[in-house]
Amino acid sequence: MTSTNTSRPGVAEAPASGGLDRPRTRVVPPLLVHLLAALVALAAVVALTLLTDPFTNLRIATVGYYLVAVAGLALLTGFNGQVSLGHGAFMFIGAYTVALLVLHVPAFPLWADLLLAAVTSGVAGLLAGAAAARLHGPYLAGATLALAVGLPAVTQRFPELLEGSNGLSFTVNSTPDALVGVVPPTRWQAWVVWVAVLLALVVLANLARGRLGRTLRAVRDDEVAASLAGVHVGRTKVLAFLVSAVCGGLAGGLQAFLLGTAAPGSFTPALSLSLLAALVLGGLGSLWGALWGALALVYFQVWTEDFSDLLHLPTNVADNLPLALYGVVLVVVILLFPHGVQGGLHHLRLRLLASRSPRRGVTDRVTDADDPRSEGEA
Amino acid sequence: MNTIWHLVLNGISSGAVYAALGLSLVIIYRATRVVNFAQPALALISAYLAYATTKATGSYWLGFAVALLAGTLLGVLVERLLIRRVSRRSELSSIIVTLGLLLVLQAVAGMIWSNEPHAFGYAFDFRGRFSATDLFAVSAVLVTAAGVLLLFKFTPLGLRMRAAAFRPEVAKMLGVRVGLMLTAGWGLAALVGSLAGMLAIPPFISPNVLDKVFVFALTAAVLGGLDNPVGTIVGGFALGIGLSCISGLVGPELVPLAALAVLVLVLAVRPSGLFGRTIARRV
Amino acid sequence: MRSPRTTRVLAGVLASALALSACGGAGETGGGGNRSADSAPGVTDDTVVIGTHQPLTGPAAPGYSKISAGARAVYSYLNDAGGINGRRIEYKVEDDAYNPTKTVEVVKKLVLEEQVFAIVGGLGTPTHSKVVEYLNGEGVPDLLVSSGALMWDDPRKSPTTFGYQVDYTREGKIQGKFVKDNFAGKKVAYLYQNDDVGRDTQAGLDRFLTDEVVAREGYDPANTDVNPQLSKFQQAGAEVVVCECIPAFTALSLLAAAKIGYKPQFVLSSIGADPATLKGLVEQFAKQAGADVPGEALLAGVIGTSYLPGPNLTDDPWSTFFREIHDRYAPSEPFTDTMVYGMVQAFTFAQALKAAGRDLTRQKLLDAMTTTSFDGPGLTPFGFSADSHSGYTGAQVIRINADATVTVIQPPHVTDRGDGPVEPHTEERPSPDEVVLTGS
Repeated sequence: MTSTNTSRPGVAEAPASGGLDRPRTRVVPPLLVHLLAALVALAAVVALTLLTDPFTNLRIATVGYYLVAVAGLALLTGFNGQVSLGHGAFMFIGAYTVALLVLHVPAFPLWADLLLAAVTSGVAGLLAGAAAARLHGPYLAGATLALAVGLPAVTQRFPELLEGSNGLSFTVNSTPDALVGVVPPTRWQAWVVWVAVLLALVVLANLARGRLGRTLRAVRDDEVAASLAGVHVGRTKVLAFLVSAVCGGLAGGLQAFLLGTAAPGSFTPALSLSLLAALVLGGLGSLWGALWGALALVYFQVWTEDFSDLLHLPTNVADNLPLALYGVVLVVVILLFPHGVQGGLHHLRLRLLASRSPRRGVTDRVTDADDPRSEGEA
Repeated sequence: MNTIWHLVLNGISSGAVYAALGLSLVIIYRATRVVNFAQPALALISAYLAYATTKATGSYWLGFAVALLAGTLLGVLVERLLIRRVSRRSELSSIIVTLGLLLVLQAVAGMIWSNEPHAFGYAFDFRGRFSATDLFAVSAVLVTAAGVLLLFKFTPLGLRMRAAAFRPEVAKMLGVRVGLMLTAGWGLAALVGSLAGMLAIPPFISPNVLDKVFVFALTAAVLGGLDNPVGTIVGGFALGIGLSCISGLVGPELVPLAALAVLVLVLAVRPSGLFGRTIARRV
Repeated sequence: MRSPRTTRVLAGVLASALALSACGGAGETGGGGNRSADSAPGVTDDTVVIGTHQPLTGPAAPGYSKISAGARAVYSYLNDAGGINGRRIEYKVEDDAYNPTKTVEVVKKLVLEEQVFAIVGGLGTPTHSKVVEYLNGEGVPDLLVSSGALMWDDPRKSPTTFGYQVDYTREGKIQGKFVKDNFAGKKVAYLYQNDDVGRDTQAGLDRFLTDEVVAREGYDPANTDVNPQLSKFQQAGAEVVVCECIPAFTALSLLAAAKIGYKPQFVLSSIGADPATLKGLVEQFAKQAGADVPGEALLAGVIGTSYLPGPNLTDDPWSTFFREIHDRYAPSEPFTDTMVYGMVQAFTFAQALKAAGRDLTRQKLLDAMTTTSFDGPGLTPFGFSADSHSGYTGAQVIRINADATVTVIQPPHVTDRGDGPVEPHTEERPSPDEVVLTGS
């Protein structure tokens, strides 16, 4: 998990991008920092799973796969400015890839299944990106929404292989023999999911921080200026799609691994839209935002359902209350915290820092943190 | 040959609905550069109000009037209370706000009228290959579309609305009340959207009934070009006829895939839709 | 990411970490621990907690969201009468919105967090099929699944799973024989949902109907336009249309036929032949429509199959019994076949719970499922035995009248899902007074 190293007028970087990809003066290479951070995070997750019950373990794992999906979307939509309403389609591809491999090539180990899920989805992302690179704003939104609605219909076309609307059901064997009976299955699954998630995040963080991250933002802020500065706009956009599709595929694969199901009913447009909502809720500018978004995606629903159970309302009201609350929160957060949770936190931190040391120069240190404001106001 | 003719007739009436809902999206997009994901929910609430009115009074047309009125009012309120605060911010903010609103309104409809379906009548007799109801749908949509076009092209109000949308600063200097014009745009769009809802919903109403229609309406608008009302109308009818034929000749399950394929093909050739103008992007 | 070394290191870390996480093949069956069924989570001295997953919201909610309301009414009734063997039934309903991913999540929540004793009446084939293996692995009784799919009847692989409604193939056989006997020589068309419902029902129909079938068309639950399908039936000259559709599509098909002036004899599956719901839809529709649409005429004469004492079987004592429970515990909801579906399900579970005895374990409940006779609500017996977990074994044939009452035109028949004959079921059912579950 990391930060994005943006300096405020994102455009200013772009013209000099040729010279900027050399690290300035860094003592520790960012990759090492990210890997260390990932190890710490993994330790924290493992500790957390040991302290909680098996079902909470499952929720922790669920947060994990949503996190990869939302983080991938953060790169595409947050960093590169391409709004995708169809990211569930990539999760669909990842989930079915893992499902088919588990069912038909049982000898493949899990890591190979997940890798292939990411690769398959990446190829799809490459195609989608190539088709989408010329589209702007709502045209892209409409096309990606059509993707989310259309792609799951493939299962109806190949009912023998994909089992139509019932989808595939399977059990993934992953626990090493030595641990069977020692570690509860959901705890083991949470560990596997988070190892994969954190590795993916290390890669994403490095990409976001490196040259690619800067070109992505340059293209988002101003395509013309970026291309004048020598950035290949089309290729950058396709690349963003590729990376985020790989993340989506991995997320779908992890979901399939975790829940043992791949069915068209799981990959509705509602899923795609909730991924985007989670991203905006968490904050667009950084990968941290993806974490808050993924947490909200899982826990918000839990809380609203518990809340509506408490109230003993008539069934019509109780059934619909969680949806209504979710909608209200989306609206309120956007109105009050336009930069999401991460933006709010960032703001808070700036204020704290400023109050502690009023000297100028604080902001230099802060630039290394996430800058949600890089969302491109104009 | 007979089959194809039947499928085309069948497609025209569903196409009219896509065209109308698409048109409401285009009006809002032109006015405020927002894709209004809450549009189906605004239409849904108006239709439920029509349902309640008709049930209480027995008059279809009273319900119809209530729906159009309520729709317009909802559109105005949404613009005043929500969109005004976010529309200048970013495209994403408004997408998420309208999405949130969609969830809230659908849930509210479920709370009041339950998630079970209710019967929802047609305006006229629905029997016949191209029934009185179909005729009404198509002509209502065409008349409305023509009205909207004339309003934009030839009336001072329409001119002000366009000015407010495209050159707000200049319009303001010329004395146009920009805010009012944008609100008027939303009201008008929601009015057209409620009409689309009243035509699309029968025979049964339930909270998610307009989801699929909305997806196809957005597809139609993107196909035609989001800036272009005429393009959207054409796109809506073309999509309705095309999907009906796919459904009847190849298979009903392929409709969403076919919509995707058509969209990808068209956008690959014309990234701003069939009739959209490629506007010079801000530099 | 310019440095190739970095990439290689990363790839190495990724590969080794994931390789460590799983040494064997992901698809090979490992040593899954089969929990002992001799336990009783969710059971206290005076309560037993059970759970279910239902589509309460979302596009699939219409038509199904009231099943759990019916079940809840029966549990409230039983609890008010003192509970079963001195235990109140606590009924937890989780909304899965008909989304299989959510089904797995909420069922694990019910089992791991809520510690339910059993899952009762989990709804839907695409959804419930994803949790059968898990529930069986954990030894959780998975009773009276709300779906007519054949897969619930697999005692060897899924010993804790039991079906409920008559399976689609059995029902198809009964319909096929009825059409063959009563509409000899007429041309037949099938309108089917293009999933296992359609496939399995046709397998049953086709045992009796072969050359008569002139058209078969599928519909997709997400596509509400069925005009193309009915146009084809009309052109093929079909005189009987067998509609294996959920309620909304039954109503849509009736309206689509009326639209094109096509008047075949409709034959409906039990899943879509809910006269009260259909009447509600079609009659209201007739009232709402601006023109004179003959609401009743659309329904009159339609033939369907049923296996439950629905609201319209007014001289059936069980129908009266459930109506009384409805009027007392869920008066605000319409009393429909859907509701009775949930009520009978709950009552059947209560019968099994009663038979399992005061000294309750999961194994005892499972044993009770195969040994109890379940005399009562259902019109035909269950197929439960040591080697069958299949639900109701047959159905009766009804005709819907213009006033939405129904006439039984063929008394209950039973059959198997294979080559066996379709035979009348003659056994008398006890009345509600004779089946006492509560008190001591």
